[in-house]
Amino acid sequence: MPEIIKRSKALSVNPLKTSAPTGASLAFLGVRRCMPMLHGALGCTAFAKVFFVRHFREPIPLQTTAMDQASTVLGADDNVIQGLATLCAKSKPDMIGLPTTGLSETQGTDIHGLVTRFRSEYPQYAHIAVVPVNTPDYTGCLESGYADAVKAMIDVLVPESRELEKRADQVNILAGASLTPGDIEALREMAADFGLSAIILPDIGDSMDGHLIEDDFNPLTVGGTPVEDIARMGDSVATLTIGRSLWPAAELLERRTGAPDFRFDSLLGLEAVDAFVMALSEISGKPVSARLERQRAQLQDAMVDTHFMMGFARVGMAADPDLLLALSRLVRSMGGEVVAAVAPARGPALAHVAADEVHLGDLEDLETLCGERKAELIIGSSHAVPAAQRLGIPILRAGFPLYDQVGGFQRTWVGYRGTRQALFDLANLRLEHHAQHHELTPYHSRFRQADTAGVATFAASGTFH
Amino acid sequence: MKASEVAELLNEPACAHNKKEKSGCARPKPGASAGGCAFDGAQIALLPIADVAHIVHGPIACAGNSWNNRGTRSSGPTLYKIGMTTDLTEQDVIMGRGEKRLFHSIKQAIDNYNPAAVFIYNTCVTALIGDDVDATCKAATERWGVPVVPVDAAGFYGTKNLGNRIGGEAMFKYVIGTREPDPVPSEVVRDYAERGICIHDINLIGEYNIVGEFWHVAPLFDELGLRILCTLSGDARFHEVQAMHRAQANMVVCAKALLNVARKLEDNFGIPYFEGSFYGIEDTSRALRDFARLLNDPDLTVRTEALIAREEARVHELLEPWRARLSGKRVLLNTGGVKSWSVVSALQDLGMDVVATGTGKSTEEDKARIRELMGEDAKMLKGEGARELLDTCYELGADIMIAGGRSLYTALKARMPFLDSNQEREFAYAGYTGMVELARQIALSLESPVWAQVRADAPWASQKRVTGVAHCALEPEDVTDEEGDKAPEPVILTADFLPPFAVGA
Repeated sequence: MPEIIKRSKALSVNPLKTSAPTGASLAFLGVRRCMPMLHGALGCTAFAKVFFVRHFREPIPLQTTAMDQASTVLGADDNVIQGLATLCAKSKPDMIGLPTTGLSETQGTDIHGLVTRFRSEYPQYAHIAVVPVNTPDYTGCLESGYADAVKAMIDVLVPESRELEKRADQVNILAGASLTPGDIEALREMAADFGLSAIILPDIGDSMDGHLIEDDFNPLTVGGTPVEDIARMGDSVATLTIGRSLWPAAELLERRTGAPDFRFDSLLGLEAVDAFVMALSEISGKPVSARLERQRAQLQDAMVDTHFMMGFARVGMAADPDLLLALSRLVRSMGGEVVAAVAPARGPALAHVAADEVHLGDLEDLETLCGERKAELIIGSSHAVPAAQRLGIPILRAGFPLYDQVGGFQRTWVGYRGTRQALFDLANLRLEHHAQHHELTPYHSRFRQADTAGVATFAASGTFH
Repeated sequence: MKASEVAELLNEPACAHNKKEKSGCARPKPGASAGGCAFDGAQIALLPIADVAHIVHGPIACAGNSWNNRGTRSSGPTLYKIGMTTDLTEQDVIMGRGEKRLFHSIKQAIDNYNPAAVFIYNTCVTALIGDDVDATCKAATERWGVPVVPVDAAGFYGTKNLGNRIGGEAMFKYVIGTREPDPVPSEVVRDYAERGICIHDINLIGEYNIVGEFWHVAPLFDELGLRILCTLSGDARFHEVQAMHRAQANMVVCAKALLNVARKLEDNFGIPYFEGSFYGIEDTSRALRDFARLLNDPDLTVRTEALIAREEARVHELLEPWRARLSGKRVLLNTGGVKSWSVVSALQDLGMDVVATGTGKSTEEDKARIRELMGEDAKMLKGEGARELLDTCYELGADIMIAGGRSLYTALKARMPFLDSNQEREFAYAGYTGMVELARQIALSLESPVWAQVRADAPWASQKRVTGVAHCALEPEDVTDEEGDKAPEPVILTADFLPPFAVGA
């Protein structure tokens, strides 16, 4: 178990943390025909929107209760009621997610009470789900806000269904904040391999995967978990949960539905994927398919091929707790060493990160630690790229936000195939860097004649290192 | 900030919006609002000052979601790109430890990054719990001898526009006039004197050097002997802002929001100003002429005219091949304020047909200019939503939409060519040289072969797509049999007919 080292600086420099309301918004973006509305000032929404637009390169539905000076001082309850009514009338969503912010929480909003008031004042919108969640900016991070929103959705939308007869071919998957749209697709395929149809909550694989739709415009999410599917989660024969941050949500779902509950830290790395595949096999009563067997064998082959590059590799990483756990275990499982691990905030996964220490801090801390401990590779978001450049070491992009390359948002990390690609990419970064920086300096013996022929040609071509 | 101070900032006599009831600062509607807050605006206005440590005092959301997301460039220090925030915790908020954390944060920033100054942006939560940011900044300045400037810009004070003004106001109140400009280096003085050129000092206000585009224009100022004392705030340094009060003329670039700075510089220091833009040939030339006019230097006027003639001829030649390709294409423009007409003239320079332009943030003057350029019945958009914007495109048969980054993915999802004109853009469009880049980027999107491919149905789809741009020449032709409606004969496999690839039958 790593030692968790608390933040010791007053100032956070090059922040790693993304706020909890932003995380809650992300979870809501994984629900079909949904509109999240942050209860705060204009900027709370505008900044979160720009953040996601840059990451996903998609239009992002996100609204605001638009608190101004008067409503901040005199009370913003009416803003919430008015905002909900406006959205219901204008966009006719299936669901509105309603995260609070630092501003509205400091003011002391009773967001749950306000939803009750909205219900009594506007009975005509009773068919539109509204899910409030408390996410003050000064607590937690993206992952915790996301997890709280998932739990809130279960609380509001999943009815008590312990006695219900279960459908043998339907499972629930609670997908944690560390998963990408590509990961969600991979999960669905793995479940389908065992003849299981999965209700994935939230399903950003369907809404945020970046696809052109028939319609030219839609003000709401264009995909995601249908609200009626969330209500049907009680029919499922089992629930699989990925990411420790979602375990409280998994507990709640288990209490509501009585469906047995399988939990996983991550689906990155051979052992982690094996555990998931075994669970699917157990739930479905079906053997593992030849297709998956083959993918597993391919991963094993890649592990053998890349262990030369990954062995003893000194890696620094910064990510939210669940992702940090997944990445650190992968590096350790390949014989590498996590010499710097930084998380933006506490989370249940931190106690299990495969490193001696985990620092609660920022990207300045990551940069300092990587420098001091001679890290050879960084895994982090686009924000960590300048640090890697200053240190002169390669970076594999992971986490939030990814804005300096196209397509990072949809990369598949999980499963046998995702893990294999991650290993190839890590190994290639090592190879390329090694070729450029770690060749031995040629030794020129005084007994040998100095080169005259051929030297200029080589230098001019510029292609040899 | 007191409500009365906010009201004072909202009342800007130099702003043409003041005369109308509809100002840029109307109350936003819950559930139907877009756009940034006052903090966002203040940060946009000041963050480009490159050698300053910009500390955001508040919980993570404000800085966490926004640091290092601006396209502004510096020719020297990169301190402004380092994200700094007090990242307040729940305990800080409950126990009132915000000020203490801020005080230590300022010290940490000074010790580790040696900034020319520290700017402290107050945000919603810290304003609400009443952290005395002014007093903390004052104490820190005294303790560590580095200027620490409070920018009281809580998001809930108002919109982005108000935030711009708050940023400008903070500069006027705390920074401008606190230092004299450096003398012009003696060898430069000698050089210009030998050529008989008189050097004048000027400021640019509201130019942000997005993707370094001002570097297209800056050499022209050098050539004319116009020393830019300070650009507020693109590629600026703290000491340059301090000396802004010594300029002989100011230009407000494409930004009503910082008019308060120009007006106060005029009222307090007698510096005349004009409003202009560097977008398009006509506007760039006009800006240079306006400087010559305000500086009232006949020699400068002559040299300015010669430079304009040379540059216009040069760029017209460079644009010729693009004009042939873009001429007659229809553009829907949706940008605000001055850009609503300055970009119109730029596009008309290219022979393009501007079918509509946004007037969401435009003044009556701006609108008069639009009518002058586009005719009396010019179609003006007033901040329409995405749906209305697309419908207008179809209705007017636009070939391309030019708008801010917010509309980028709206347009792309509708399979519509697009050019980003806002501060998130990735290409430099300012000045004469920038026009060529503008033409290139318009052509790049407009002529792209992807549109035909993404508008066509999959080969197995029987129904035609209902959306898309109906008039568009790129629309693939209907797939019909040349001989009429007759469908091709189906191939029927019978026992005595086997396809050639069937083996062993």
